[in-house]
Amino acid sequence: MRELWEIFVSFFKMSSVTFGGGYAMLPILQREIVDGKKWMTEERIIDYYAVSQGLPGIIAVNVAIFIGKERKGIAGGIAGALGIVGPCLFIITFIAAFLSNFQDNPLVRNAFAGIAVCVSALILNSVIGLWKKGVVDKTGIAVFAIVFIGMMATGLSPIVLIVASAIFGIVSRKIAGGGSR
Amino acid sequence: MIFAKLFYEFLKIGLFTIGGGMATIPFLQDLSESTGWFSIAFIADMVAISESTPGPIGINMATYVGYNVAGILGGIIATLGLVIPSIIIVSVVSGYLERFRNSPLVEYVFYGLRPAVTGLIAAAGVEIVRIAVLDNELYKATNNLRDLLDWRKALYFVIIFYLIRRFKRHPVAYIGLSAIIGIAFGFAN
Repeated sequence: MRELWEIFVSFFKMSSVTFGGGYAMLPILQREIVDGKKWMTEERIIDYYAVSQGLPGIIAVNVAIFIGKERKGIAGGIAGALGIVGPCLFIITFIAAFLSNFQDNPLVRNAFAGIAVCVSALILNSVIGLWKKGVVDKTGIAVFAIVFIGMMATGLSPIVLIVASAIFGIVSRKIAGGGSR
Repeated sequence: MIFAKLFYEFLKIGLFTIGGGMATIPFLQDLSESTGWFSIAFIADMVAISESTPGPIGINMATYVGYNVAGILGGIIATLGLVIPSIIIVSVVSGYLERFRNSPLVEYVFYGLRPAVTGLIAAAGVEIVRIAVLDNELYKATNNLRDLLDWRKALYFVIIFYLIRRFKRHPVAYIGLSAIIGIAFGFAN
């Protein structure tokens, strides 16, 4: 029980000081888990990161579950996940409650109108980053185009498009690999 | 019941979101269209708040949506819904870590998935750009195409995009700057 609490507190602390999640958490994990608690090696954490990116869900949460589970089984994994989620619940609830009282305030409305432009640019920036990493050939461009149009022009759920593209990936690679083998 | 629906919707998002925080945006857009719980414009606010506060973006967005739909308990339930698939999936995969890492099947899946996720986020981004940069209301009132583009916002979009690419600072810096610009130039009017 004490160790579960320790896992929870550790991840709670780390989540409170990480802005943005994902890879932003890596140096913080290293300091807390590798240097501080000496729970595991840095290589182990990087492995967990690599696998977590390939799994559904929020990357930082997946990493926390991996680490927690290695320490204390499934209960440890749950403690890690709850630790990550804890600060979000407090901070976001507080901000959302605050903003719902001020959403008609002209200052707040103008600020968010400016921020919306910024968010648009941030999203475009991350699309470019993802494009460079993920769209590597003509097939990739075709998948991108089909999904883009599918999402824009039809009411299809993103789930359908994700499942279809995963199946497409398997089928097309199997066919490509089958010829050379 | 609203709590059950909230839990179910975020369980689905937790099960199918691959590729980090921004990848939840297309799902939130879909959720906005299918439930009417919040507007597309609200998603941009949410992204900004999630980027500017501690904690993973996806979790922050779940808490934010949940709170706005059904109060404090709503925030907790949406967040738990998002996390529960991870607990199950990671628990299963951790037993086969090496096999998962070296599996060609996983690699094949991602061959299709990476461009698809990019396309999904791009499509959701177009919607958000449309609301953030274009003046739909004025266009509807006048039906004049020249009124559709809010040139101040379009110009600022180009500037802030350049700054993001050029300086690669943390998003919070750009969000803070944009709040000041929005107030200084009365962007909401």
